[in-house]
Amino acid sequence: MAEIKLSHLRHSYLPNPSGPDDYALKEIDLTWRDGGAYALLGPSGCGKSTLLNIISGLLAPSEGKVFFGEQDVTTLAPNERNIAQVFQFPVIYDTMTVRQNLTFPLKNRGVDEATIARRVSEIAEMLEVTEMLDTRAAGLSPDNKQKISMGRGLVRDDVNVVMFDEPLTVIDPHLKWKLRSKLKELHQRVQATMIYVTHDQTEALTFADEVVVMQDGVVVQIGTPVELFERPQHTFVGHFIGSPGMNVLPCDLKGDRAIFEGYDITLEGPLTARDGAPQIGIRPEYISVTSTGLPATVTKVADVGRHFVIDAIVGNTKLKAVSEHTAPDAGSSVHLTFKPDQTRVYRDGWIATEARK
Amino acid sequence: MQKRALIPIVYILFLMTPIYWLVSMSFKTTNEILAGFSLFPQTFTLDSYIAIFTDPTWYWGYINSIIYVSLNTLLSVAVALPAAYAFSRYRFLGDKQLFFWLLTNRMAPAAVFALPFFQLYSSVGIFDTHLAVALAHCLFNIPLAVWILEGFMRSIPKELDETAYVDGYSFPRFFIKVFLPNIKAGVGVAAFFCFMFSWVEMLLAKTLTAVEAKPIAAVMTRTASSAGYELGLLAAAGTLTIIPGAIVIWFVRNYIARGFAMGRV
Amino acid sequence: MRTENQKAWFFVLPVLFLVAFNALLPMMTVVNYSVQETFGNNQFFWEGLDWFEQILRSERFQAALGRQFLFTGIILAIEVPLGIIIALSMPRKGFWVPVCLVLMALPMLIPWNVVGAMWNIFALPKIGMLGYFMNDVLGIHYDMTQDPLAAWITIIVMDVWHWTSLVVLLCYAGLVSIPDAYYQAAKIDAASPWSVFRYIQLPKIKTVLTIAILLRFMDSFNIYTEPFVLTGGGPGNSTTLLSIDLVKIALGQFDLGPAAAMSLIYFAITLAVSWVFYVVMTKDDQ
Repeated sequence: MAEIKLSHLRHSYLPNPSGPDDYALKEIDLTWRDGGAYALLGPSGCGKSTLLNIISGLLAPSEGKVFFGEQDVTTLAPNERNIAQVFQFPVIYDTMTVRQNLTFPLKNRGVDEATIARRVSEIAEMLEVTEMLDTRAAGLSPDNKQKISMGRGLVRDDVNVVMFDEPLTVIDPHLKWKLRSKLKELHQRVQATMIYVTHDQTEALTFADEVVVMQDGVVVQIGTPVELFERPQHTFVGHFIGSPGMNVLPCDLKGDRAIFEGYDITLEGPLTARDGAPQIGIRPEYISVTSTGLPATVTKVADVGRHFVIDAIVGNTKLKAVSEHTAPDAGSSVHLTFKPDQTRVYRDGWIATEARK
Repeated sequence: MQKRALIPIVYILFLMTPIYWLVSMSFKTTNEILAGFSLFPQTFTLDSYIAIFTDPTWYWGYINSIIYVSLNTLLSVAVALPAAYAFSRYRFLGDKQLFFWLLTNRMAPAAVFALPFFQLYSSVGIFDTHLAVALAHCLFNIPLAVWILEGFMRSIPKELDETAYVDGYSFPRFFIKVFLPNIKAGVGVAAFFCFMFSWVEMLLAKTLTAVEAKPIAAVMTRTASSAGYELGLLAAAGTLTIIPGAIVIWFVRNYIARGFAMGRV
Repeated sequence: MRTENQKAWFFVLPVLFLVAFNALLPMMTVVNYSVQETFGNNQFFWEGLDWFEQILRSERFQAALGRQFLFTGIILAIEVPLGIIIALSMPRKGFWVPVCLVLMALPMLIPWNVVGAMWNIFALPKIGMLGYFMNDVLGIHYDMTQDPLAAWITIIVMDVWHWTSLVVLLCYAGLVSIPDAYYQAAKIDAASPWSVFRYIQLPKIKTVLTIAILLRFMDSFNIYTEPFVLTGGGPGNSTTLLSIDLVKIALGQFDLGPAAAMSLIYFAITLAVSWVFYVVMTKDDQ
């Protein structure tokens, strides 16, 4: 068990990449703490599976190195890295029983019978599959199959990291949360590093202590779920996490203030030295309907259960607000107020304001 | 990885050697062939091919084969389409038994049926016609076509049918306009296998024809009877029989492997 | 899934009609012959099951049947493992895949009598490539018209040449349908190449392999044209397989009764072996 370090990692699927667009992964530097529960979150095609396969050794990076602790494992094969991986679709050995499936990785590594028996019964009990141990694995339901493929990773007590590649894709919705909490529980019991790849923010935010958000082969933010929500470092994170996502509004800058549709907007703090096209970023949760403020017209109100989502238009710009209890009628004219300490400026997508101390 | 590539390479060399031998022989003179072994034609000649293309018995044999094979392919696929649709979409009385019975017809040795076929087709008066051979080959091609098409059709979700009906398509219009384009690949594969098995089958084709519809491969026996063995001519005719198959397989090369994999056992 | 609909029978009718026309009428003719005796002149006499008894007792039939089983057994034992090995070592994607597939399928597209004829010439001593190579280069005496062993080897090599590709194509189709994740999981589990074959590849190609073996069994058991053209059943009776013998009796001697009875026994054996095989191969799935 060791911490995992990725150093100057770049990867391209083309033999001779010329520009940055040819890279599926663009310059990744990351350290995964030993025993941490991480989520790797991003839309399809953002490079998260590529990153995962590089860590597991199924793919050799074009540039850069992978370290497990002090050891450089960049060129090692997957079976030499002591890792485990759970795939999108349950991968089990159909012709074997559940017990044989769990035994398989240990047998291949020459572990003695007594240890195998002990580990298998421990893990089976942990996964609650003890009573299925002697049935054929082929006949199991998808969620149980997925448990078995997790089990094959967990039976080895020397795994550096267990990786999950969108493991809940084929699981029925009502079983998803069950398996997810099982995973969380397993992490607490086995204390192995876990990396969970997904494009589903709920899965990422509930599983992980720390979430790595990726877009277009770049890591845009690493942080706890709260940090990602409260202070997105990039408009992409703001937009991708949260429902509805953060409002990203065009604006002009005048000194330390932002001008939006002709109105002065107070920001969380002073601007940083960053350059680029400015935009205001504010989450709908921090826009409230008040008696004074930005004049706006409500275009649509949706009751989503816990709260109302209000679509409004200010000048020519559409935005969304969230209201807990009451909502104005569609078509009515209202005034909106942005909560100052949650109002930020982004330039070329990246955050460009500092919080006031 | 590189070492592993040797196996298919050696295998393909093994497959190509007799074919190369046949082709090279077709360009040799009969004297050269009988004189002894030579790897390449010493005196390159097109005489055998000229002989075939100038003699109507020869090239009509060729045309006859192509006619009944095409006829059989059309017929087999056309009747197999609705049947495969029925097997893939509906349950009906005796469906499983019927499916298995169809498959058993591939098990009947053609040699067993040769004589009864001759009598049957003579009695209905179509002996020595292209239709006779085309119909006879349906015996083993229809089951195969149904089997392949059924596999492809099963992979098309039933929702497609339902959506089309909701959109107001009648069944025939839906089948031709919507469903067929979706199983193009399957139709191609089924047609290929029908073509192949009809093209290579000789026993029934020979038994059911005399003059008018005589297949190329039956004409080939002439090389043996007249003036000893005309090996050059035989080789040229043989080479020509490989070509249609080679052309057809090139068109379906990306589907052949899939065709069988999708069938059910 | 599938809905109950008896009208589906209408869709099946054309197939049913065509196949029944081809299968049932000739079959009835055969059954009819098998219980009668004829002396020509279209006069027939009831014989009951005598022909069946006679055929089953005849040494000639037993010998032909023995040769048939030997032949089918040998070619299955060669073609199935060989086909699997070749399919396993083929590239999974890229430019060479269609080229390999087309070249491999080529022998299957040659008319069967041409196959027989080309192997006949190919094997001729002195002037055939194989005959020349064996006799004059390697110095091994090889003449399939004289030596039964040489005739057997030639027939078997010919069938391997002709049909191994069918097994290859089917297994290959099964292999390419295995998702990459299985191989990746096996790597992570430190599985040996043999384990990968035994626990991943073999189970996944089992279905297509069953089809391949069934087809090869049926077709090799019914084989007629190629060996007939190649050796004519000789030297002596050494390569007279079942269907060659059958045609000799039926068309050569015009003994329709015995030939018909033999046909039915033959058909029954094929059906029975296929059925047993099918049941054994698929019993795990239930």
